[in-house]
Amino acid sequence: MAQPLLEVKNLKKYFKTKKGTLHAVDDVSFTVEQGKTLGVVGESGCGKSTTGRTILRLLEPTSGQVFFEGKDIFSLSPRQMRAMRKEMQIIFQDPYASLNPRKTVGEIIAMPLVLNKIITDPRKREERVLELMETVGLAERFINTYPHELDGGRRQRIGIARALAMEPKFIVCDEPVSALDVSIQAQILNLLTTLQKQFGLTYIFITHDLSVVHHFSDDIAVMYLGQLVEKAPTAELFEKPLHPYTQALLSAIPIPDIDHPQKRIILRGELASPINPKPGCRFAPRCNYASEKCMNKTPELREVSPGHFVACALAE
Amino acid sequence: MEIQTSEINTVLEIQDLVVNYETDDGIVHAVNGVNLKLERGRTLALVGETGAGKTTIALSILRLIQDPPGKIRGGSIRLEGEDLLTYTERQMEAIRGDKVSMIFQDPMTSLNPVLTVGDQIAEVIQIHQKVSKAEAEKKAREMLELVGIDGDRAKEYPHQFSGGMKQRVVIAIALSCNPTLLIADEPTTALDVTIQAQVLELMKELREKYQTSMIMITHDLGIVAETCDEVSIVYAGRIVEHGTLRDIFKNTKHPYTVGLFNSLPNIKRRKDMLKPIKGLMPDPTNLPSGCPFHPRCDHAQEICSKRKPLTTYLSDTHFVECLAYENGTGVTIAEREG
Repeated sequence: MAQPLLEVKNLKKYFKTKKGTLHAVDDVSFTVEQGKTLGVVGESGCGKSTTGRTILRLLEPTSGQVFFEGKDIFSLSPRQMRAMRKEMQIIFQDPYASLNPRKTVGEIIAMPLVLNKIITDPRKREERVLELMETVGLAERFINTYPHELDGGRRQRIGIARALAMEPKFIVCDEPVSALDVSIQAQILNLLTTLQKQFGLTYIFITHDLSVVHHFSDDIAVMYLGQLVEKAPTAELFEKPLHPYTQALLSAIPIPDIDHPQKRIILRGELASPINPKPGCRFAPRCNYASEKCMNKTPELREVSPGHFVACALAE
Repeated sequence: MEIQTSEINTVLEIQDLVVNYETDDGIVHAVNGVNLKLERGRTLALVGETGAGKTTIALSILRLIQDPPGKIRGGSIRLEGEDLLTYTERQMEAIRGDKVSMIFQDPMTSLNPVLTVGDQIAEVIQIHQKVSKAEAEKKAREMLELVGIDGDRAKEYPHQFSGGMKQRVVIAIALSCNPTLLIADEPTTALDVTIQAQVLELMKELREKYQTSMIMITHDLGIVAETCDEVSIVYAGRIVEHGTLRDIFKNTKHPYTVGLFNSLPNIKRRKDMLKPIKGLMPDPTNLPSGCPFHPRCDHAQEICSKRKPLTTYLSDTHFVECLAYENGTGVTIAEREG
């Protein structure tokens, strides 16, 4: 098998808080192949965004390794890391908060080109900006407008153009369509699909929306309280979810089909605190199948069939 | 005799409602002649995108439109036969939280952070019912338990609850006076999907138990399929299509409704590309002439930009506002894909 573009090994990110250590990402490992999309799903506070940001070293990891094209990025110096960031970009959730309100569309998209001294000639830089705007479907006339003058969909297109400016190989998309209306959401999802084909991009697509992740991903990783509980190819995960949390999560999606009502698994209680978690399976307190052995030992992520990984005592 | 029973069963009837926000920058035409009717015990979904006017319709029923700049410029809103638009502010106060309650989208901002949740529930009960403070407090604890929260937590403050629990408290407040009509504005949008499932299940149980009529405002057609009896599709301040759940999901007619369905990623049938609606929502200060959807519609003909569509009844329960369904307009549409 070819070397994966991205390999994450035993990644941990802890935050110190007054109440104790918050295990935001706790021993997460996975790989992403070149040109593919890994969807990362889970509910708020499960560590999916922290995982995305730690992979890009926007947050420094507590421990673990991330290999990008075989290079351990956590061992890079700040200067080497800056060069590496050209390859690895991020698109943020909130296009209202991730764009500088005092800069024009043209200035925002040109910023990475300026900072990295990619194109120093202002005229050529503007040509490149216009080319990027065309790529993401922003009309030329918006080059001198400010973000507040545009709607959410267009703002997200600016964020995408900015990420593309460096011609990256890999983009972390952190809830890129969550703030958008469905008709606009579909436009942006189609744009991301087209760009992936056009430039051979590899994505990590972080979302809480399971219909979106199903549409968009080749593989899906499910996170719960900082841990990866299941990972499988998209079709397999939806047809044969093995982890009880994945099963409940999938059953909770409201489906716009009146003839096939979902048989819903209603979970007890809510997410436990990620601060100083107790040993044992973190899902056990809400799990309908939990037994004593779930309380004592944290289940390991094991490959139960090719490409299908699950961390559950029932699958052992 | 039959007419009489139907009148008794009609909880809410809105006719020709027009609401504007009159600002220095121009008049925002938020609601432009809405008609709707809700029977006892039924749930109506108002579906549409940001700025369609869904929330303005809901706030008009409670007369909570901020004035200025908001003005109800025409129409009537009848609650059990009484026109709320003729009510005084004091009469309205007696209705809000009693006969008509509302659940807002964001439970983090709809609770008072400096009052205990018990006090917030008891407050509504004391305003509307002739009970002592002690009785109101006792009822508040019962309401908490009804929504699945331990009654002892009545003395805790909102910040001590998670998002899903806070929304349960809001539901407890809304239901504490056993309302005739419950308006829920995106009640689960701020919640995670497993918590959303719990809250929707709870709302369904309670609604069946108390025969409450409900208006559910949402953009999620999945939630509509699971919780509602009837659906109104709102676009640019008009109801462009209305019908039973089956009419809307199985016999979709309006090109905008078709576009909404096509924009959704389908879990059952995965396609490489989605079919979004082209363009953007129209600017409500400057609505397009003719049919407000025509600039985004794939089937639009010249006449669509000139003449406003009339309401066409396709059956007793299903209507649509689109020139393709009127005789002699020359506009045609291919049926929605499979």
